[in-house]
Amino acid sequence: MSSTQPTFLIEDLHVSVEDKPILRGVNLAVNQGEIHALMGPNGSGKSTLANALMGHPKYRVTQGRVQFQGEDVLALTPDERARKGLFLAFQYPVAIPGVSLGNFLRAATRAVHGPALTAGAFRRELMDKMKLLKMDPAFAARYVNDGLSGGEKKRAEVLQMAMLNPKIAVMDETDSGLDIDALRTVAEGVNSIHTPEMGVLVITHYQRLLNYIKPEFVHVLVQGRIVKSGGSELVDQLEAEGYDRIIRETEQKLAVGAGREA
Amino acid sequence: MAVKPQDLMQPGATDYRYGFHDVEDYKFKSGKGLTREMVTQISEMKNEPKWMLDFRLKAYEIFMRKPMPTWGADLSAIDFDNIHYYVKPSEKTENSWDEVPAYIKDTFDKLGIPEAERKFLAGVSAQYESEVVYHNIREDLEKQGVLFLDMDSGLREHEEIVKKYFATVIPAADNKFAALNSAVWSGGSFIYVPKGVNVEIPLQAYFRINTENMGQFERTLIIADEGSSVHYIEGCTAPVYSSDSLHSAVVELIAMRGAHIRYTTIQNWSSNVYNLVTKRAMAHEHAFVEWVDGNLGSKVTMKYPGIFLVGEGAKGEVISVAFASEGQHQDAGAKIIHAAPNTTSTITSKSISKGGGRTSYRGLLKVHKGAENVKSFVRCDALMLDEISRSDTYPSIEIDEDQVSIEHEASVSKISDEQLFYLMSRGLNEVDAKTMIVNGFFEAFTKELPMEYAVELNRLLQLQMEGAVG
Repeated sequence: MSSTQPTFLIEDLHVSVEDKPILRGVNLAVNQGEIHALMGPNGSGKSTLANALMGHPKYRVTQGRVQFQGEDVLALTPDERARKGLFLAFQYPVAIPGVSLGNFLRAATRAVHGPALTAGAFRRELMDKMKLLKMDPAFAARYVNDGLSGGEKKRAEVLQMAMLNPKIAVMDETDSGLDIDALRTVAEGVNSIHTPEMGVLVITHYQRLLNYIKPEFVHVLVQGRIVKSGGSELVDQLEAEGYDRIIRETEQKLAVGAGREA
Repeated sequence: MAVKPQDLMQPGATDYRYGFHDVEDYKFKSGKGLTREMVTQISEMKNEPKWMLDFRLKAYEIFMRKPMPTWGADLSAIDFDNIHYYVKPSEKTENSWDEVPAYIKDTFDKLGIPEAERKFLAGVSAQYESEVVYHNIREDLEKQGVLFLDMDSGLREHEEIVKKYFATVIPAADNKFAALNSAVWSGGSFIYVPKGVNVEIPLQAYFRINTENMGQFERTLIIADEGSSVHYIEGCTAPVYSSDSLHSAVVELIAMRGAHIRYTTIQNWSSNVYNLVTKRAMAHEHAFVEWVDGNLGSKVTMKYPGIFLVGEGAKGEVISVAFASEGQHQDAGAKIIHAAPNTTSTITSKSISKGGGRTSYRGLLKVHKGAENVKSFVRCDALMLDEISRSDTYPSIEIDEDQVSIEHEASVSKISDEQLFYLMSRGLNEVDAKTMIVNGFFEAFTKELPMEYAVELNRLLQLQMEGAVG
């Protein structure tokens, strides 16, 4: 990408869930090739951001803009966003009983990349990617997220990401529910599918995933705003200090702000 | 006769995929309404033995006497005086494809029969109107001694077998529509599989209603002798007409000791057809009977495939799906009677309603006294695609024996926003996403079908779903 404008640009994003404001002005820019980490305590709005970016109808954008390669994303339906190259790895992937992962991925790759990929080529690619993620080929016959363990679901999410090869991938707490071995496999999988054409926003509560996926940019989300951004050193700082200090600082700032408004 | 393709398409045809119908060219068409004389005439035209005529006339009396069922779907709009009870399209059953009239071939082409035949069919018994016009049995079946004929020919050529088993599973007095079928039946399939013979390729019939206001009353009898096995496939499509048609079939299966019968139906009648069918199987010792039953079309369907487990160790399985759109009522289910010890049964029912359509599961599970160690599992799941559709469950369980294990599970669900969002986040549009969920919901059924049928079913669901999102 030689364009001066960031691939993915979030400006002053406000999002409400059931009329309750959750995000209160998020600004973030992610370029293709970059890996960003978004960290924050529980309830800070991390998952709200992920769902709002993908267009979940329950998450209502009340203010702000999101642009993807210069185009207004917020006007698009979730499937249109996916076809533009946006991807969300879900924190809680939902089960689609009776639909095999293989058939689902065939339909999804067709929808996103068009019908050019032959059945044979698709099959080969699927097997390659499953091998990469240390998945049993028989897994393709399992129903989508139905009766899968937490680790299997997350691995299936990364498999989908690998097959759809998005330009921007948002990974919502992909580390949650994984034991240490599964975490390493999933993280190594992400690293191996990451290309200079793919921008990644890793959303996580903990440092541990970031031991494997190394972000160049780290942002801290507190009470619906990004209160701090920096390099990977920020991860270590948070790990050492916890979120308490940064939450306190935010509350003090907000209190001052509120005092001024009053 | 030569018919141009454009003649086959009716002007103003609806969007129903198979809603074309042919120019009528029939040798005989009965008048409307049903009389004793007409029943006699049908039997005489077929040169039937006297016992069959007597059977028909007795059935006619029962039909006239029996009141309309007041339970189940609304049948009040059926006008028995406004139906053709018998239509004969050509003089005799055709033996080879070459002899089949061109316009009939055209219809079959549209339904994909010749291709299906090339691929995997043992013999095609395609019922055009009330007579079987095309009938082909592969040589290896003949060598195995398997009889696969239309029912009229079966009666003519194997009267002793027909007489022994005909109406033994479903007597004329079973219900009003079984009585009607018994009086005026025409066509259908007759299959006899000798002892120990396994028919490896599915036998298939393709039925089609083609005359306005014409009832189709086919009669099928399948006998699998000891230790034999057979899979029969029935697929139906019908053109759309403005007034109501009646389809009332009777299907009897007899599985002798250790035999296995699977009967697969994909029924896609057009949305003006009353589909009132009685299907029942008798399963003797260690026999296994499966009904795989798909109900996608029709205005009203009432169909409860039954299995009487009369021999020790017999096993029965009913897997059914129903799809009801606007103006449709699918009242379907299963009937399992455990009349012997160590018998097992499974009922799996999946139904989808949309656009104000209605699905009902109606099931009877009965265990007779003395039928010890019976195991049965019933599962019925309903999926409703909108707020205006309806789904009901009427399970009836009668247990007269203590030593039994019965499980019943039921669920009613909707397509969740989370499922829809998940699939759409992977690039599928709303229709494709919903279709995928629906296909997944029916998968327990679809996976039991031969590949071609599974593909066709999924395509039909796609067509249904394209109208479901607006």
